[in-house]
Amino acid sequence: MATTLAKAAESVEFAARLEHVSKSFAGPGGQQLVLDDISIDVAPGEFVTLLGASGCGKSTLLNLVAGLDRPTAGSIATDGRPALMFQEHALFPWLTAGKNIELALRLRGVPKTDRRAKAEELLGLVRLRGAYGKRVHELSGGMRQRVALARALAQESNLLLMDEPFAALDAITRDVLHDELTRIWAETGVSVLFVTHNVREAVRLAQRVVLLSSRPGRIAREWTVGIPQPRRIEDAPVAELSLEITDVLRGEIRRHGQH
Amino acid sequence: MASTETTPAQDAGSVEAGLDALETTAAGRPPFSQTFKNKILPPVIAIAVVLVAWSLLHPVVDDPTKLPSPQDVWSEAEDQWLKGTLLEYIWGSVSRGLLGFLLALVIGTPLGLLVARVRFVRAAFGPILSGLQSLPSVAWVAPAVIWLGLDNSVMFTVILLGAVPSIANGLVSGVDQVPPLFLRAGRTLGATGLRGTWHIVMPAALPGYVAGLKQGWAFSWRSLMAAEIIAQSPDMGMGLGQLLEVGRTNSSMATVFLAILLILFVGIAIDLLIFSPLERWVLRSRGLLVKS
Ligand SMILES: Nc1ncnc2c1ncn2[C@@H]1O[C@H](COP(=O)(O)OP(=O)(O)OP(=O)(O)O)[C@@H](O)[C@H]1O
Ligand SMILES: [Mg+2]
Repeated sequence: MATTLAKAAESVEFAARLEHVSKSFAGPGGQQLVLDDISIDVAPGEFVTLLGASGCGKSTLLNLVAGLDRPTAGSIATDGRPALMFQEHALFPWLTAGKNIELALRLRGVPKTDRRAKAEELLGLVRLRGAYGKRVHELSGGMRQRVALARALAQESNLLLMDEPFAALDAITRDVLHDELTRIWAETGVSVLFVTHNVREAVRLAQRVVLLSSRPGRIAREWTVGIPQPRRIEDAPVAELSLEITDVLRGEIRRHGQH
Repeated sequence: MASTETTPAQDAGSVEAGLDALETTAAGRPPFSQTFKNKILPPVIAIAVVLVAWSLLHPVVDDPTKLPSPQDVWSEAEDQWLKGTLLEYIWGSVSRGLLGFLLALVIGTPLGLLVARVRFVRAAFGPILSGLQSLPSVAWVAPAVIWLGLDNSVMFTVILLGAVPSIANGLVSGVDQVPPLFLRAGRTLGATGLRGTWHIVMPAALPGYVAGLKQGWAFSWRSLMAAEIIAQSPDMGMGLGQLLEVGRTNSSMATVFLAILLILFVGIAIDLLIFSPLERWVLRSRGLLVKS
């Protein structure tokens, strides 16, 4: 049994626990190892960012934690079923913004009478109170991602997985959403495992930054970020740590060019 | 950071409100004059052109047993209307066609879902279903008459054989084209198994399904008309195919033309009244249709 779902009722000391997780895919030249011996703990309420170059296996890792795929080796335990926010908003175009959220509530077993109010409340949390009846295509990119965040929060999971959710947004919108995410994280106490290839974004958001190397993806290094929130992406301490991490990341990437 | 009076949260909120306002535009309904110019006028002109060409051609052919004049066809229609038979012919075919189509819907939908979702069923019946779609269902009229005798069940058999494959295949291709991202998003929300089919797969496949319905109706109508023309019997009731046959036996080209025009007209009208609005509504609500 690769995945054990711990019951929320028991007192758990982690939101997610990955132990020696490896994953390989059948490639053209036999098995291709994508993730190699990954062990990460995410504490309840903790905000962790996974940082790595493009193609290093970040999405693969999140899919494993979300239970959408099985690891080749190792074990993954989560505190309940995690919520997952994709790089593309993945909202259902046949439903309005509000109904997208209500579907998540419905699938979680929330009674019909409570759903509308709960959906409005979640839209309020992402500051989109007026968007209840809007179709997905009527929303801007930033609004879509906020609705997607609200839908993920509707699952009331103890763990929120985010796969580069802001990568396609412009810098101003992204800044604003960083503020929102930090606020919501503090308000709800949810644990977050946030994947990105943007070093500053990782430092801006996280309590802990985990750097993945490429091919195969291994944990290269970890940093604890002691800078108090609220932070801004332009703050000097954020820039300073980002520089340090970027240097290590560059070193990792350089290794690949040498053989 | 402390130099500004607003808290970061308030600040983010107001910036966000500004961004939202900048990024969304309100789209209104076009005025009627524009709809008239773009949607209504062109087909009216096209019909007028056909009528003029017909009127000009008529004296050239100069043989009412080959080409009746528009006036002849019109007075034939008036005649049938005054006798009270015109609506009977139309309703006879339309009621059969719609009933047969509904039956095809009830059979084709679960069949399509099974073929799309169950691997064994797809391997077994998928190719047959695609093959049936390219077989003109008129081919079934002769065996159906032999098996079932000359009554209405022949009509329904032929309609079903024409429409069920279209409806089922439409649903299958609709399901096949559901983006995997939606399926994965559904799974993380807890929509697996039947709940996944109901909440994610079915609505996501709706555009393909509706396209199948539209085509299914065209096939229903075509098959029914062929069957009505070929299988003649007093037990069959009245229909536009029968009207055409009446014209042929009476050597009245005006009646034949009237029947052909009515078959064309009814087929188009049902598509325009039911299936095109349905399709437009499905596509528009998903932002898949650009307003023209
Ligand atoms: N289903 C699959 N079958 C085969 N190979 C796969 C599969 N999924 C991912 N891979 C391979 O695994 C590697 C990591 O992919 P992954 O999508 O996890 O990277 P990523 O870190 O998320 O990249 P990005 O930053 O571009 O999103 C890639 O080399 C990819 O080709
Ligand atoms: Mg990725």
